[in-house]
Order: sequence, then C-alpha cells, then structure tokens
Amino acid sequence: MEDWRLVIQSLISKSPISKQTMSKSDPNAPKRLALIASKGTLDWAYPPFILASTAGAMGWEAAIFFTFYGLPLLLKEPHAEVTPLGNPAMPMKMPFGPASFQNINWPIPTAVMALPGFNALATTLMKQTFRNKGVASIPELRAMCVETGVRLIGCQMTMDVFGFKKEDFIPECEIGGAATFLSYAADADVQLFI
Amino acid sequence: MTTLQEDKLLDCSGLLCPIPVIKTSKAIKELQIGQVLKMIATDPGAPADMEAWARQTGNELLDSHKDGEKFVFYLRRLK
Repeated sequence: MEDWRLVIQSLISKSPISKQTMSKSDPNAPKRLALIASKGTLDWAYPPFILASTAGAMGWEAAIFFTFYGLPLLLKEPHAEVTPLGNPAMPMKMPFGPASFQNINWPIPTAVMALPGFNALATTLMKQTFRNKGVASIPELRAMCVETGVRLIGCQMTMDVFGFKKEDFIPECEIGGAATFLSYAADADVQLFI
Repeated sequence: MTTLQEDKLLDCSGLLCPIPVIKTSKAIKELQIGQVLKMIATDPGAPADMEAWARQTGNELLDSHKDGEKFVFYLRRLK
C-alpha cells in the first residue's frame, strides 16, 4: 500500500502538469511577488509595503493590488490610522520617558478607547514609537517601492464604489481590476492576501 | 585573520527592517562588479536578512560578524 502511494506521488511530481513545470517558461526570469493589500490601517499598511520594497531590493518583480480599505494607501497624502479597539493584542506603551516608564503596558479600558480623539492619539504614539525605533514611515516605504520598480495597482471597482479619482492617487500608480491582478499573480512565485 | 578592504561603507545603524536591505541593494549598484561593500547595522534581524539577500541577488556575503553592539557585513558585488 505504502509503495503504491510512493509510486503515485513520484508520478505526480514528474508529470508535466505539476506546478514546477507549469510556472514561468523562462527559468532565469526573476522571482515574482504578487500582493493584495485590502486593509488601510497603519498596522496593516506596513506588511505589503515592507515585503514589496524588500522584494524590489532583492531583484524580484513585485506588484501590490490595493483594494477595498487598502486603496486609500495610494492617496497622495495617505492618512492611515491605528486603533486599539477590537485589538486586545496591541501593546499600549508610551514612546517617551525613562525605559521603566516606556515598558509599562497600560491597561486602557475599552470604553476609554472609544472616546473621540483616541484613534488620533494612538496613531500619534504609534508613529512616534516607529520613529524612535528606526522604522520607516508608510510614505517612505511607498517611495522605496516606487524606486525599486514595484507596480502599485489601484482597484477600479473600489474607486467607483468609494468615489475616488485617478488624480487622487500618486502618479506612479496604475489602475486595474481583478483580471489585471490575476494575470500577474498567475506567474508569481509568492502570492499573499494581506 | 584576513583583512577585508571595502570600496564603500554604508552605515545602517539605528535602522530597522527593511531599510538596511534596501539601502544595501542601492549602495551595491553604485559599485563595480568585484568591488566590496562594508555595511554596518544594529538591527538584530540583519545577519539573517543579509544572508538571504545575498543568496537571492547572487552577490557574495564575504563576512558577517558582530562587533560589540554592531553587526558588520562585507559584500562583494557579483551581478
């Protein structure tokens, strides 16, 4: 029984329809990364820009498809915010003062988090923490993506739904739909939905 | 111990992922093939990342060591 499985497995791995042989026709082509950025909060904005700019720096081709709440990340002045609401894992620490003070994880009640202005406060503190630690800002990472040739694709349908215009976005981006992304992702070595 | 001589120095102290990788890839393109870049970083993730970057880009990581609080890398441009 075991033997049969092995035979079948080896047949599958050698068959012409296995993924190995179905991928890009040119074996020397650079690796390709295809990302979907579907969330527009500050914390969720980081992963696609970090991965794509790094891919660009490693000589890979990369594209990010910005859809739904990810689309505003292409605005000329992106205003991604962060909220601890509904996110109990988010550390609530202060980015200033002595180390013993900075290490305190403040137990903020959820009702306080819902007060007006709390998102703005949390965002300011988070951005300050990033700056203190030497993490690039979202506009900086986005500029690095542009510099390393990452394709930034805005979702046409989301634009229509939320009323964005092409002129609202940075000029380096392009506009496309699901077919645009899929035709790019079909030949990608890494595809992630973020 | 052999002494490596760099043609260019890049200091990424105080910068976190992915900036050291991106700055390194930019800096090495300014070198001739065969020349050596010395990169200094404080990001504890840098040793693993620089090894991966070198493997992916086909450049050579000649040396990677820790010098006090700093991580030091010597990279030769091969491509």
